[in-house]
Amino acid sequence: MLVRGLNDIATRPGHEPIHQEETVGVGFEDKAERMGDYMNDEILTAAGTKLGLSRRVFLQFCAGVAATLGLPADAHASIAEAIATKHRPPVIWLHFAECTGCTESMLVAEHPAIDELVLNLVSLDYHETLFAGAGHQAEAARKSSMEANKGKYLLVVEGAIPAKDSGIYCKVGGQTAVELVNECARDAAAVIALGSCASWGGMPSTGPNPTGCVGVGDVLKKQVVNIPGCPPNPYNFLSTVVHYITYGKLPELDNQGRPKFAYARLIHENCERRPHFDNGRFVQEFGDAGHRSGWCLYKLGCKGPETYANCPSVLFGDAGGGCWPVGTGHPCIGCTEKGVGFERPIHGLADLKFVTPSAASSRVIEEQGKGVSVASAAVLAGGIGVVVGASVAMAKNLGKGHLPEHTQHGEE
Amino acid sequence: MSLTRRNFLRGAAAAGAACAANTAAPAEAHDERALPPKAVGLLFDSTLCVGCKACMTACREANGTNPEFGAQQMLWDAPADLSARTLTVIKAYSDGAAIEKDREKDGFAFIKKSCLHCIDPSCVSVCPVSAMTKDRATGVVSYNPNNCIGCRYCVAACPFGVPRFEYDKTIARLRKCELCKTRQAEGKIPACAETCPTGATLFGKVTELRAEAERRHKLTPGERAFFPCKTVGSNDTHEKPAPRYNAETYGLEEVGGTQVCYMAGVPFQKLGLPTLPNKSFVSTSEKIQHTLYKGMIAPAVLFGSLLFFVRRSANHDEKEEE
Repeated sequence: MLVRGLNDIATRPGHEPIHQEETVGVGFEDKAERMGDYMNDEILTAAGTKLGLSRRVFLQFCAGVAATLGLPADAHASIAEAIATKHRPPVIWLHFAECTGCTESMLVAEHPAIDELVLNLVSLDYHETLFAGAGHQAEAARKSSMEANKGKYLLVVEGAIPAKDSGIYCKVGGQTAVELVNECARDAAAVIALGSCASWGGMPSTGPNPTGCVGVGDVLKKQVVNIPGCPPNPYNFLSTVVHYITYGKLPELDNQGRPKFAYARLIHENCERRPHFDNGRFVQEFGDAGHRSGWCLYKLGCKGPETYANCPSVLFGDAGGGCWPVGTGHPCIGCTEKGVGFERPIHGLADLKFVTPSAASSRVIEEQGKGVSVASAAVLAGGIGVVVGASVAMAKNLGKGHLPEHTQHGEE
Repeated sequence: MSLTRRNFLRGAAAAGAACAANTAAPAEAHDERALPPKAVGLLFDSTLCVGCKACMTACREANGTNPEFGAQQMLWDAPADLSARTLTVIKAYSDGAAIEKDREKDGFAFIKKSCLHCIDPSCVSVCPVSAMTKDRATGVVSYNPNNCIGCRYCVAACPFGVPRFEYDKTIARLRKCELCKTRQAEGKIPACAETCPTGATLFGKVTELRAEAERRHKLTPGERAFFPCKTVGSNDTHEKPAPRYNAETYGLEEVGGTQVCYMAGVPFQKLGLPTLPNKSFVSTSEKIQHTLYKGMIAPAVLFGSLLFFVRRSANHDEKEEE
């Protein structure tokens, strides 16, 4: 199960496919052998033991992560080495105004068994949902980890932060959410806002918003890594963390703090229903003939044309092709896009985002030649010359042919 | 009967009188034609158009026209303009960085080109054989290939450059949007309005379309507003903040009014809609023609004077011969 899922990711268009375990071919063996060049078996075995995985499954996991990140073919070697050798970064994971859906979706992800990997890949020192401990004991664990790993730990925030009235609407261990996030972010190596709520406020921040919910970036007054989505794709989060572990820095972000590897393209661009949009085949209502034929959902309110996310390529739930909202027949609600998800009516029409109108669009005024070229002037002058010459010649000869006839006639 | 001078003049006078009597009735001055009683048309709202070109595809299906591929590649239907194979086309306006929709500077917008079905159409007026006709009830300007002699006066006369000739065919026709008159006869609406997902192309009675345009003009920009799809007053509506429109609706006054009207957020000239006088060209040209031929006075004078000169020369010759 584990292996098959990974291969699904790795065989996305644009990435070199990795053969499934049942049909392991030359490609995989080649890769494994190449990996042998980079590191010795001891490291790989150590890594496998660390994660509770076999050597092969571990290598496939690394390749899957590299594919999600869109990294070159050799990157999985660096990733494998980093995971095998580097110290697990401590993670403090906070929950505020939210539904815990982000954590839930991480837990049900099957490949690699994400709970195991997150727990083993990183040192999860504080997580309210997964904690065995409770109360003062848990808070003490957080404080001691922060003290011991000053400037080294990752802070993951899940959920919006109620900021109204000094943040009194959300308290954990006697501290408000605002105080907690400020305290934990002070010495964090990086702050990751997981889910739409943490990214910009998400669902809790939509009107009337009685508790004044905002995103992490608004509280900290600085740019954090935003991984929006409701829930976000677990692999986008996992890949961000692995990127940090491997290269010691965060992946490249867009102007809204979202990793570019996951949020650089509109859903509309990679959507499998796009040809129907281009040919004007729109579903008019749920369940009609067009809907059953898999036509474009734009008219039902699909926000794909204005939402940046990699849903059509990474998919959800590890169930194979077509398993994402639009694939199952529901219009995209734009959950990853601030100002679209939870704010615009679900069945309202999307505004298409164009960088510019497509090059295939005919322009209002097509360009035309201007002025006279030398060649065209020469042709024109030649033509005029012929006409003038012929006219002059004809005028000279006018009546000449008639004269003898007239004279002849007169003689008769 | 030998053609004496007297007989010839008598005959000419009788013929002139007969012509004058026959033409007296239609020689009245041209009135600006009024909107036909059941006039139908389209309202194209550029601010609602997302440039999906679904209308172009639907138009091809309804009219049986083939795609026109671009010059560079044979992949996309990319006509440069209206043609004998493209009866409607979505054109893009783009300025500078083209960041914001419906903004003149550094913005972009879309415009749908097709026949505007003028209330007083030039193409119908110039057609010498009544191949172009305007329906008395619906006002749809349609074309009958069986009457057409291929003179292409309509091509030259149309101020919007709509009728297109099949230059590449031996037995050529003229092609233009006929507002899907065959579909309308079946009780359907034009294919472009039927398929438009945003209601940018809206079908309906012209009076209702004009009222709808007026309603949209009265909206405050940014205000929550509903826009019908397919036909005016349909239940298929969608919600959208009201856009900022040009002050005018195009087609209310231009060349005496058109049954297809336009609303946009970018000046109409930038969208390729020409600035035209409110008076139709037909009213001017037909007025000149009808004045010239009124009571056949001008032709009578012209031919009378020609006759005078002919007679004078003839007399001269006769005298010489004598």
